Amino acid sequence: MTRERPPLLVTGLAVIAVAFFVLPIAGLVYRAPWATALDELTRPEALTALRLSLVVSLAATGLSVLFGLPLAWIYARVPFPGRDAVRALTTLPMILPPIVGGVALLFAFGRTGLVGQFLDAGLGLRIAFTTAGAILAAAFVATPFLVLTGEAGLRSMARRYEEAARTLGATRWHVFRRVTLPLIAPALFAGAVLSWARGLGEFGATITFAGNLPGTTQTLPLAVLIALETRPEVAVMLSLLLLAVSLVILIALRDRYLRFS
Amino acid sequence: MRAWLVITTVALLLGACAEPNATATPQIKDINVFAAASLTDAFAQAGDEFAKTNTRVRFVFNFGSSSTLATQITNGAPADVFASADEANMQKIVEAKLNDGAPSLFASNRLAIVVAPANPKNVSSLADLTRPGLVVVLAAPTVPAGKYALDSLTKAGVKVTPASQELDVRSVLNKVALGEADAGIVYVTDVLSAGARVSSVAVPEEQQVVARYPIAVVAGARSPELARAFVNYLVSVEGQRLLAGFGFSRP
Repeated sequence: MTRERPPLLVTGLAVIAVAFFVLPIAGLVYRAPWATALDELTRPEALTALRLSLVVSLAATGLSVLFGLPLAWIYARVPFPGRDAVRALTTLPMILPPIVGGVALLFAFGRTGLVGQFLDAGLGLRIAFTTAGAILAAAFVATPFLVLTGEAGLRSMARRYEEAARTLGATRWHVFRRVTLPLIAPALFAGAVLSWARGLGEFGATITFAGNLPGTTQTLPLAVLIALETRPEVAVMLSLLLLAVSLVILIALRDRYLRFS
Repeated sequence: MRAWLVITTVALLLGACAEPNATATPQIKDINVFAAASLTDAFAQAGDEFAKTNTRVRFVFNFGSSSTLATQITNGAPADVFASADEANMQKIVEAKLNDGAPSLFASNRLAIVVAPANPKNVSSLADLTRPGLVVVLAAPTVPAGKYALDSLTKAGVKVTPASQELDVRSVLNKVALGEADAGIVYVTDVLSAGARVSSVAVPEEQQVVARYPIAVVAGARSPELARAFVNYLVSVEGQRLLAGFGFSRP
């Protein structure tokens, strides 16, 4: 490819675009209390939120793999009427305002919700205001990332190895485990990491559906908001931490992410 | 998939276009009123009443917890008027020298226990909120309503473990109105605004906490004279009558 000399206007607009994304990060770095950075991050409220966020986001990722991978497999392999519509429905949380997702979750799994009322009355199971609720909220917004990435991986892999294994007498489960899974492992990994990152950053659905209680449902993003009014230094440091995690993920996944998107 | 994205995008764009026309009449002035969540209904109506005699004004309300609003204003949010549910958050504005003129107290409020309609769990006192199995939500301790609730609980000598610390008092009210929580501590005005969706249990006098609401014009207001006129309206006889109709007491 020959290097093209870009028009001045294009370069100018592009520079503004970059500045638009870089300046907020610079703002955080500028406000960060570097001298006491570690103290701020190891404050009890920060550590509690950090621990909870790890639990919630990892559990949500687990759920997204457990349920999202079979879904991706069906989307990629099994044509059925209305598949596009179903796929659209299960992808919706990617572009849905998270707070709408939270309201919807509340009306489905809340104590008086569509399903929640039976869970509450029948099993005494309560999801709102519990860590399970926060996990559900995170899984709701995170799973589509795994499904889409997984489906792309399944669609782009070569089927002939699976066919060869089948001809050699391997069971479907054996083929899936020993042939398909290793082949789509990179896509699956990328999807899992993306969905983990999305779950880690989840705010709107969590606050609406699961509430806000330190140690139970107050994940990192919620802690940032609360800290902004009490200890802005903690809010800045937690924000930078989340930012660093996101940045590392994006850089690590760059090739894969671009390939599958 | 792609078609779906296109449809969604078009729908979003249409939604954006449906916003009220911003260039209706050039001389209409916006007043950005940042007000405590508990003032939501009262201020919406106060704005309408005020606009009857000041037709050049259009209100843009930003309701939220007073602490959130104070943080926004000290970080440069374009507020013209700030009405706080406590004096501590107004003090933040004063300390940042962001008030135009001294804040004045314009209303006060009291606490109530909010429960589901007809009080199915038979909550009768603050002490009942400690009952095991009762799902209680409070406002976060960073928020005025949360602070007042803690003060009140301390006076009652009880320690409540909330299921959630909501970001503002209206979220507490909503969680009870939606049936997600059994009880919460809110202002008496919130109970009134929710009508039949909730019931309430009075907090006895000796456990009461009085919330005082200060209001101030924010420095750098785009139309300070209109902002001041609105503040004056609220402390006027008519304004006080309107606030009383929403359950607020005199300052």
